[in-house]
Amino acid sequence: MNPYITNTPQEVEQMLKAIGVEILDALFAGIAPAHRPKSFDLPKGLSEYEVMRHVTALSLKNNVHVVPFIGGGYYDHYIPTAVSSLTSRGEFYTAYTPYQPECAQGTLQALFEYQSSMCALTGMEVSNASLYDGGTALYEAMMMAIRITGRDRVIMDGGVSPIYRKILKTYTHHLSYQFEETPIVHGQSSRDEIYQRLDRDTAVVILQNPNFFGAIDDLTDIIAKAHSVGALVIVSVYPVSLGLLKTPAEMGADIVTGEGQSLGLPLNFGGPYLGFMCARKKYIRKMPGRIVGETVDSKGQRCFVNTLQAREQHIRREKATSNICTNVSLCALQAAIFMAVVGKNGLKEMAQLNLDKAEYAKQVLSKIKSVEVKRSAPTFNEFTIHLHKDASEVVAAMMKKGFAAGFPLGRYYPGMERYLLVAVTEKRTKQEIDRYAKALQEVLD
Amino acid sequence: MELIFEKSIAGRKGFDFGDPDVPSHAQIPSKYARSVDAALPEVSELDVVRHYTRLSQKNFSIDTHFYPLGSCTMKYNPKFTEALARLSGFTDLHPLLAQLSGGEQWTQGALQILYELEQWMCEMTGFSDFTMQPLAGAHGELTGIMLMAAYHKSKGNTKKKYVIIPDSAHGTNPASAAVAGYETISIPSNKDGGMDLEALKAAVNEETAGLMMTVPSTYGVFEGNISEISKIIHAVDGIMYYDGANLNAVLGRCRPGDVGFDVMHINTHKTFTTPHGGGGPGAGPVGVNQKLSKFLPISRVVKRSDGVYVLDYNYPESIGYIASFYGNFGLLVRAYAYMLMLGREGLMATTDHAVLNANYIMRKLEPYYKICFDRICMHESVFSASRQAERGVHAIDIAKFLIDQQIHPPTVYFPISVPEAIMIEPTETESKQTMDNFIDKMIEADKLSQTDPAAFREFPKTMPVTRPDEVKAARDIKTSFFLASSPTDAV
Repeated sequence: MNPYITNTPQEVEQMLKAIGVEILDALFAGIAPAHRPKSFDLPKGLSEYEVMRHVTALSLKNNVHVVPFIGGGYYDHYIPTAVSSLTSRGEFYTAYTPYQPECAQGTLQALFEYQSSMCALTGMEVSNASLYDGGTALYEAMMMAIRITGRDRVIMDGGVSPIYRKILKTYTHHLSYQFEETPIVHGQSSRDEIYQRLDRDTAVVILQNPNFFGAIDDLTDIIAKAHSVGALVIVSVYPVSLGLLKTPAEMGADIVTGEGQSLGLPLNFGGPYLGFMCARKKYIRKMPGRIVGETVDSKGQRCFVNTLQAREQHIRREKATSNICTNVSLCALQAAIFMAVVGKNGLKEMAQLNLDKAEYAKQVLSKIKSVEVKRSAPTFNEFTIHLHKDASEVVAAMMKKGFAAGFPLGRYYPGMERYLLVAVTEKRTKQEIDRYAKALQEVLD
Repeated sequence: MELIFEKSIAGRKGFDFGDPDVPSHAQIPSKYARSVDAALPEVSELDVVRHYTRLSQKNFSIDTHFYPLGSCTMKYNPKFTEALARLSGFTDLHPLLAQLSGGEQWTQGALQILYELEQWMCEMTGFSDFTMQPLAGAHGELTGIMLMAAYHKSKGNTKKKYVIIPDSAHGTNPASAAVAGYETISIPSNKDGGMDLEALKAAVNEETAGLMMTVPSTYGVFEGNISEISKIIHAVDGIMYYDGANLNAVLGRCRPGDVGFDVMHINTHKTFTTPHGGGGPGAGPVGVNQKLSKFLPISRVVKRSDGVYVLDYNYPESIGYIASFYGNFGLLVRAYAYMLMLGREGLMATTDHAVLNANYIMRKLEPYYKICFDRICMHESVFSASRQAERGVHAIDIAKFLIDQQIHPPTVYFPISVPEAIMIEPTETESKQTMDNFIDKMIEADKLSQTDPAAFREFPKTMPVTRPDEVKAARDIKTSFFLASSPTDAV
């Protein structure tokens, strides 16, 4: 019935006696008859074996054998076995939030190392201990920028993930912020469109690199221009690409966020993922979320604690920098371990492999007559192709051939129904890429 | 212990990606390339395994220690749910597959789990619809308050300004209401730990958007006047929000949807025992009645007449996207497996034994610690260490004493309305022996506070570190290995 309840009937008797009631139901006397459930019609319980069989069967109804060329911000990267082996340790995953630092130094030090690695990757000075996911992290960053500048206009580049843009609109549509979205021109952020809208009421310009279409850019000029009117700039980044790409810090960004799924987390049908946030040090007190800091104990030894907690809801309540209580500690730990196993050279190698395989795929695909590989901007591991028919129909046909062919851009960009976003990670083999091109040719012919 | 960065040796590698099988000479144009490599650690796999294994051993966890943390419901996390969540049929599933034309046929197992979870949760709570999307409890709260705002907006009611919240609430409640654009009004509790009805009546008017309540409250008290409270709020067309943090105390005994609530969230990492992960990830599904269902976030999972599960985005009054996808799916799988195993009787037994255990500890400690509300408690009890504090021993000192006894401390200094609060929630999965040991140690702490209060200053003594200097951490900010420790010139 519930194998995790350990009290025996005799113990229950002893405990009831100690409490001073005769029967267990007496403990619920405070719930008046009028407040009792009108119904509680749930199935009978099952044995562990029965549940294992049922849920395993459900897992097999998902097709994970299709070869993925789909990304859109979420990528099929290889996860070294050591990563999940370590995060499977009960001492990590069954621990609570480290509010008692003396008995949580494992989690605290690991989060400090996570923050350090995120700083190394992005070039920024400070990082928090993680947020829910890339989209909600971007929302939190926008609110942070609004708090810092005291302004209320937001300029959002059309190359920012459409999923993120939808999230930001949901959270702010009943608040009094002005949003302006600027279109993408030739695959990259349009300087003219952004500069036209920049003024002294602009709180923040939100950019993404690589952008949703896979194009990479050097955003230094846009950031400098935004700073010249006192606006901040948030850049949402794809962490694996930073093995090669210019860092947002080098470009001058104030706040950096992104989706950390690519750092050793499985795709998991959408979560749990890892929202990360880094910033300039001078903004640390305006940051949302937990932050781990180094200090010393009463004997002078180095140790780690949750710090700057006066920003947080459990202290500040309605005046907190965010309503967020949790971070995604275990996902941050997973990313920290991933970055340690892969290491300085490994991340660069991994990024190079992604670039090489994507470039190879571009070459192969451009040989197909009815495929046009968009080349107006350089890309990392994801790129856009134009087809002579509806991309979503092509994707449906490709599925029957065993490929998740990419993400049809018409899903979020009206007018782009014939465009397909194709991602190629280090896991795709030359053979898979060749077979993919062959299948695509067959579908298009 | 050294940081992983301090173990780094230039040129050491922990992983080999193999030789590329495609031509490898692509170059990022230099203006787009980083100028120096990211200074990640350079260590071997063995270095990493030893480092993080040792770090893990510096943690208390449910797998190793009793964790009577009030309001956190630190129950045992069954191993079989972990095994199921790690099946490749779940972990390797790309979330965008389901959004492709015909993609539902590739994701039927996952969609069925989301659909059935919604049905289970509706029946458990008395609501008509659930969304699995919110990624944590506080995220659920924010979603719920946005649903509240959408409701008032749809009625053209622009006067709604305030959300009423009892003083015993979690800090996330007022913070969530504030983030959603509402001002908050705090209502004091009466001497029994219930809501002060007169204060409530005085605070409620046409500008009241709604009320957020945790039932049972963080005092461990079931609110007896719930029907009357809901009448007062509904009389001004306010929305009743149920914070499900303490749902573990009432499964099968009371359903929020039956007693006047319009919207709630569930913390799967509490009641449905998905692991806490050292501070997340969690999951915070939100349930609503028919008043609010059309505003729920998209996508929603529906079952077509041919039995196929699909994502449905066609809800014109929906508040929109609140998260990138369909929720923290990996955790929802665990919650689903747990519910299936327990079933109706198992879930009811959960509540029975959670409440039994809490009352047992409360009665046993009552002679030694000042009890806040002398009545039967629900899943947790709240004491004040005020007597001990008079001897110079504070709640935090007792917490640190317990750490040396290999017990994770209860929640201290919360609820904030109780001075020197100690809040104890044993959960149903702990045995009488474990609780008796805890009770003995708590009594020992009380005795020691009488004989040698000064001794407490040195606790804990047996951990890898002693009490940290938190003031220094906040003053000399060092939050990264690469950051020189220095006072911040923060804005």
